[in-house]
Amino acid sequence: MGKSSKLARYSAAGLFWRGIRKQSWPRVWRQPAMKSTYDVVIIGGGVHGLATAFYLASNHGINDVAVVDKAYLGSGGSGRNTAIVRSNYLTPEGVAFYDRSLDLYNSMSADLNINVMFSERGHLTLAHTDSALRTMNWRAEVNKLQDINSSLIAPEEIKKLAPSLDISTDTRYPILGALYHPPGGTIRHDAVVWGYARAADSHGVDLHQQTEVLDILCEGGEGPEGKGAGGRVIGVRTNQGDIHAPVVVNCTAGWASQLSNMAGVRLPITTHPLQAAVTEPTKTFLPTVVVSGSLHVYVSQTDRGELVFGASVDPVATYDQRGTLQFTEELAGHVLELMPGLSKMRLMRQWAGLCDMTPDYSPVMGPTQVDGYFVDVGWGTYGFKAGPVSGEQMAASVANNNLPELIAPFALSRFTEGVLVGEKGAAAVGH
Amino acid sequence: MLLVPCPNCGPRNATDMNYRGEAHSRPDPDAATKEEWRTYLYLRDNPSGWLRENWYCSSGCRRHFQLERHTLTGELRNPPLPGRKTAGA
Repeated sequence: MGKSSKLARYSAAGLFWRGIRKQSWPRVWRQPAMKSTYDVVIIGGGVHGLATAFYLASNHGINDVAVVDKAYLGSGGSGRNTAIVRSNYLTPEGVAFYDRSLDLYNSMSADLNINVMFSERGHLTLAHTDSALRTMNWRAEVNKLQDINSSLIAPEEIKKLAPSLDISTDTRYPILGALYHPPGGTIRHDAVVWGYARAADSHGVDLHQQTEVLDILCEGGEGPEGKGAGGRVIGVRTNQGDIHAPVVVNCTAGWASQLSNMAGVRLPITTHPLQAAVTEPTKTFLPTVVVSGSLHVYVSQTDRGELVFGASVDPVATYDQRGTLQFTEELAGHVLELMPGLSKMRLMRQWAGLCDMTPDYSPVMGPTQVDGYFVDVGWGTYGFKAGPVSGEQMAASVANNNLPELIAPFALSRFTEGVLVGEKGAAAVGH
Repeated sequence: MLLVPCPNCGPRNATDMNYRGEAHSRPDPDAATKEEWRTYLYLRDNPSGWLRENWYCSSGCRRHFQLERHTLTGELRNPPLPGRKTAGA
């Protein structure tokens, strides 16, 4: 197993002490040599993979774990999302799951000893039509039943929370009401990645960046090379050499299908890009997160004063992560519909991330028909806010080789049994 | 923007079209097992590479056709084939 590194604790006193003594900070995590055997190999060094590694080590004492990533940690969706967290979902299964994640995010700064800059600023989901208003009402009632702070509010109250919104009634998309979710907010997504990486490393987990998995090695399956149903996993082939491991966990989001096909497990997933953009910084004027499903836009203001926008996924499946002019044009139109005062604001940059979309907008988690091969995929547009709870539950799933109760609704087998968890009403654009 | 060559209307913007995803052969609903039917409904290859897919010319001739498109580079190859959404791949 990996040698545990000495963790330099972060604190105000430590910062001051190092400042006056001009001491530099040690490397945050080790760069260990890759071993030929591990108990568990996790593919994908984003929030999900790193959280799974951390909880495997801290909750279950399994620390002979390697996390491999083909680029750098947090290079995929974990560093590209718009950093919004909330738990006001539509199905009881979804609400229970995301609420646990919000709990873990709430105590994360203390648990991981890193400032993740969690800002619990409230979350507004706007309704522009009668039917949207009914869905918001439905969501509010489902949420209240599960003790989630969530309610339907009128335009006047919306104006008090976010004065820059245009609530006049003569617009193309008038604001008729909103689902208000005070526990929602934003969080520094890179800090979450670094926090889990640092904590996992200190528990002895080996983090291997620039290590691309080329094949998943199996034996005994019904397909070619022993892959597929009935077989078991024996390791992975990477561009840095082979690793033998009885357990392989796929946490690769947009690339999940490609990795899973290497184990002979086809997934109900298509990969679509989601684009986001950020403006130049201004004085802070937007105190809450604002989402509009009908206008395909969500917006929040960072601590630096930049407005961060996100949209819905592009309709055509692609692995291309380039931004398009079509997106910027549509985004600008939609944002000005909500906040006409922003017409002179300039966009600084735009980017895209890959989303692994499932037919029911819920994830696919847990064991598969290949023994030892676990998936934590299908995270579509809602993966970041679920990172901590997914790690916790996947670690339990791997350690006990079963499917924990909280994620049982998200099993891969739901597609053969026809028991889908329809979250489109609350996950399609709503962030 | 992706320029999609409709066999009837010629090149049109992708926004004029309706993307219908991977082309798969549809099993006979009377003979298919539950597994075969669910596989057809939900499971996808989702390759990063060449893909044969269904498109619907929703703002033009309102016909279905099939394209071969590279999902990483956006290139197209081979002329589009006429097809119905339910037709075999």
